Amino acid sequence: MITKVRSHLSPNEALLFERSSPGKKAYQLPDLDVPPVDAAEALGADNVREAIEGFPEVSEVEAIRHFTRLSTWNYAIDYGMYPLGSCTMKYNPRINELVARTEGLAWAHPYQPESLSQGCMEVMARVEAALAEITGMDAVTLQPAAGAHGELTGILLIRALLQKRGNPRKKILIPDSAHGTNPATAAIAGYAIENIKSSETGVLDVSALERLVTDDVAALMVTNPNTLGVFEENINRVAEILHAKGAMLYMDGANMNALVGIARPGDFGVDVMHLNLHKTFSTPHGGGGPGAGPVAVKKVLEPFLPAPRLKRSGKKWTYDYKRKHSIGRVKAFYGNFGVLVRAFAYILAHGGPGLRNATVDAVLNAVYIRKRLEPYFDLPYSSPNMHEVVFSDDRQAKLGVRTGEIAKRLIDYGFHPYTVSFPLIVHGALMIEPTETEGKMELDQFIDAMISIAKEVETDPQMVKNAPYGTRTSKVDEVTAARKPVLRWKP
Amino acid sequence: MRYLPKSESERRQILDACGVSSPDELFAHLPEAVRLKRPLDLAPGISEYEIVQYFRDRGDENGKGYPSFLGAGVYHHFRPVLVDTVVSRGEFLTSYTPYQAEIAQGTLTTIFEFQTMICQLTGMDVANASMYDGSTAVPEAAMMAVRATGKGRVLIARSVHPEYREVLTTYAKHQGMPVEEFGYVPEAGTIDLEDLDRKIDDLTGAVIIQSPNFFGIVDQVKAAAGIAHQRGALLVVIFTEAVSLGILEPPADADIVAGELQSFAISPSYGGPYAGIIATKDKFIRQMPGRLVGQTTDSRGNRAFCLTLSTREQHIRREKATSNICTNQALIALMATVFMTVYGKQGLRELAEQNLAKAHYLASKLKPRFCGKFFNEFVVKIEGRSPDAINQALLKKKIIGGLPLGRFYPELADSLLLCATEMSRRADMDTIAEVAA
Repeated sequence: MITKVRSHLSPNEALLFERSSPGKKAYQLPDLDVPPVDAAEALGADNVREAIEGFPEVSEVEAIRHFTRLSTWNYAIDYGMYPLGSCTMKYNPRINELVARTEGLAWAHPYQPESLSQGCMEVMARVEAALAEITGMDAVTLQPAAGAHGELTGILLIRALLQKRGNPRKKILIPDSAHGTNPATAAIAGYAIENIKSSETGVLDVSALERLVTDDVAALMVTNPNTLGVFEENINRVAEILHAKGAMLYMDGANMNALVGIARPGDFGVDVMHLNLHKTFSTPHGGGGPGAGPVAVKKVLEPFLPAPRLKRSGKKWTYDYKRKHSIGRVKAFYGNFGVLVRAFAYILAHGGPGLRNATVDAVLNAVYIRKRLEPYFDLPYSSPNMHEVVFSDDRQAKLGVRTGEIAKRLIDYGFHPYTVSFPLIVHGALMIEPTETEGKMELDQFIDAMISIAKEVETDPQMVKNAPYGTRTSKVDEVTAARKPVLRWKP
Repeated sequence: MRYLPKSESERRQILDACGVSSPDELFAHLPEAVRLKRPLDLAPGISEYEIVQYFRDRGDENGKGYPSFLGAGVYHHFRPVLVDTVVSRGEFLTSYTPYQAEIAQGTLTTIFEFQTMICQLTGMDVANASMYDGSTAVPEAAMMAVRATGKGRVLIARSVHPEYREVLTTYAKHQGMPVEEFGYVPEAGTIDLEDLDRKIDDLTGAVIIQSPNFFGIVDQVKAAAGIAHQRGALLVVIFTEAVSLGILEPPADADIVAGELQSFAISPSYGGPYAGIIATKDKFIRQMPGRLVGQTTDSRGNRAFCLTLSTREQHIRREKATSNICTNQALIALMATVFMTVYGKQGLRELAEQNLAKAHYLASKLKPRFCGKFFNEFVVKIEGRSPDAINQALLKKKIIGGLPLGRFYPELADSLLLCATEMSRRADMDTIAEVAA
């Protein structure tokens, strides 16, 4: 029985451009308190544009209705569970939004004098300290704007250190279970990529690693727990192997929600890692950003961090720009400060003990889902899982139904799909991450929905393949979208 | 804890169902050596009230409420109320990247509208769903030009935002992408076309300029395009002040436009989060980084939108992707979309005219250093005193002055970059004129 959804009446929504009519307005500017100037004279007639063709002209009430109506076409965490594996779609506390809009913070200009920026600098210093404590690392840069940007920063740091030691080396090792950003990042940092196969238990194959780590290898990029949700049990040994050959251990912190308060990467041999504040630290995904991707390092990499660095000088914070070994800037200014504020509000709300409790519940929820769904879906790796669990569509595929189709049917039950077909090492993967912010009722509804779909696959596979049925937008033709790209509105 | 929705009895039921006696047992498989054997050294959690107070106190340490005449890539513009109303809706705020098109039409439609408006503003054919910010859009645009031309050398004007140039240098270092700078004309503040002509060669894949440039001067897009195209390079035009596009001729001669939308209702927020864009001509679509939304239909024949051309992206192409970007700035791009909607065709023009009038009023009381045409920022040479001394004197009157340029341009150590927007008041501008006189 579907317990979560019923049908919904809602209007079709025309685009802004289709609602426009000349002269409609949603703004009013104050009267100028200075003389107007002639644009052609001030800018040169050739530099002045005609009216912006096609630009919207709508009234205020139409504008708000437009965006409000469009919003109702979205699924969201505020609506229900969002079990996307590796994405950590947890509740986004509203206090975070409120404090990010604090006047003295939101209106602070990055070039205002340091004497008038002490509040911002203090917040950043405390974020750095908290993240260093949580990760067990020695120093943190807040400059990177998102996870992939943090990865690039981290790999450039490794390159700079190795370069200073005489040889930047040629290769980065990447497990076959890694996120796509890892190889893309290594390529941008000028490295060749070598893939490592996972072992039968779904973790790094230590003997393969020993063979592959040569003097050409700059680093291994590992996600821990990995994308199967399995803790890399040999991580200390992995670090030893790399370090013995002068290579570094990079950790993708996308799955840090499984470790906060339980284990610290700095304590198990990681040299450099990034965090996704929009995952572990509850800042909103906003339909695809903004994020923040701070990078934490061991002492040996600290001299290479992007400039400027925060520095205490007497009773004041100041910036240190004179850092001759720095890899340089990876972004203008100091990072996505507004996201840092949100993440720090989250850290303050939980506190040390609360953060650990959150990790416990995140893992508990994933273990519960595994326990209850194991009778219905194939579990390709039986190693204990942490914050997420990965099934395969093996049983359903025999009846002609694939993971992507099961995911679409899940929408009819009122849930956002899990992550489909990733990690690549699991054929037909269903990757499920509930996070700690799901209560028992929502979890049970999700589990019941998955069980019900598994039964539907057995009785009526074709029905499942044609899902979803209950959505206002039915199956979207993505093939035509790519074949004949229409990327902007035209009259 | 208020973010954890389980009662103790529910937690117990789940533990029992899992066959686990205590929460710690969930971590029993972790090697002993990796486990943290002490509590995190972070204070216990605090209430909403205390959190609000903490950040208010920090904000109060920041010179809250001072009128500011800083620009330099970050501008004080009024944020229409509707912007926060819209982005505060949980359906936008708390949704993920719209991979599941059937339940993400809200986000997808607004991105499609965003892409359209960016094209209309910039005179380009296609725009992506956003980049991290203007500074990181520069190396992405450079890499794109290099891919499109097969030529690795990059020339960038010294009048491009200095921090953007630093970011380009960081990215370019390890990609066989030598970056060189060309100068500006000391009288006009516009790019030095002769220097560009001298330095460009047949190995140059990208010429990068900014307009209005870092000094606020409307720069020579057409002339730069001529020189770049003659040698088979692409012209990349950067903008940091998006409001200028309300009145300035769009850089339609560029091959790639990369810019920063902070001016469109995105609060300065001490440097981020902002939203960058990359827009280009149709023929370069497949070289574009970042996400794109396209129009299509659903199975019932209704108009629908979805992410498209994803074979350029890292989750499909891995190390052969056009960029490693994954998370971008969707919610910030939505702020810009609402801003563009609120102001619209007439409003953006009027807003730009007000900026122009305010800056020219302030400039009329001071002496701009460059003779080039400017929009809402300009450089002033300070006679007899240092720029810092002027700023100190202004701070005493609770006004934040301009940016002393010596930090980025040693030859302009005697100069301040000042910006006025629709939020600048005449009385404050008169004070600046008095202090700087």
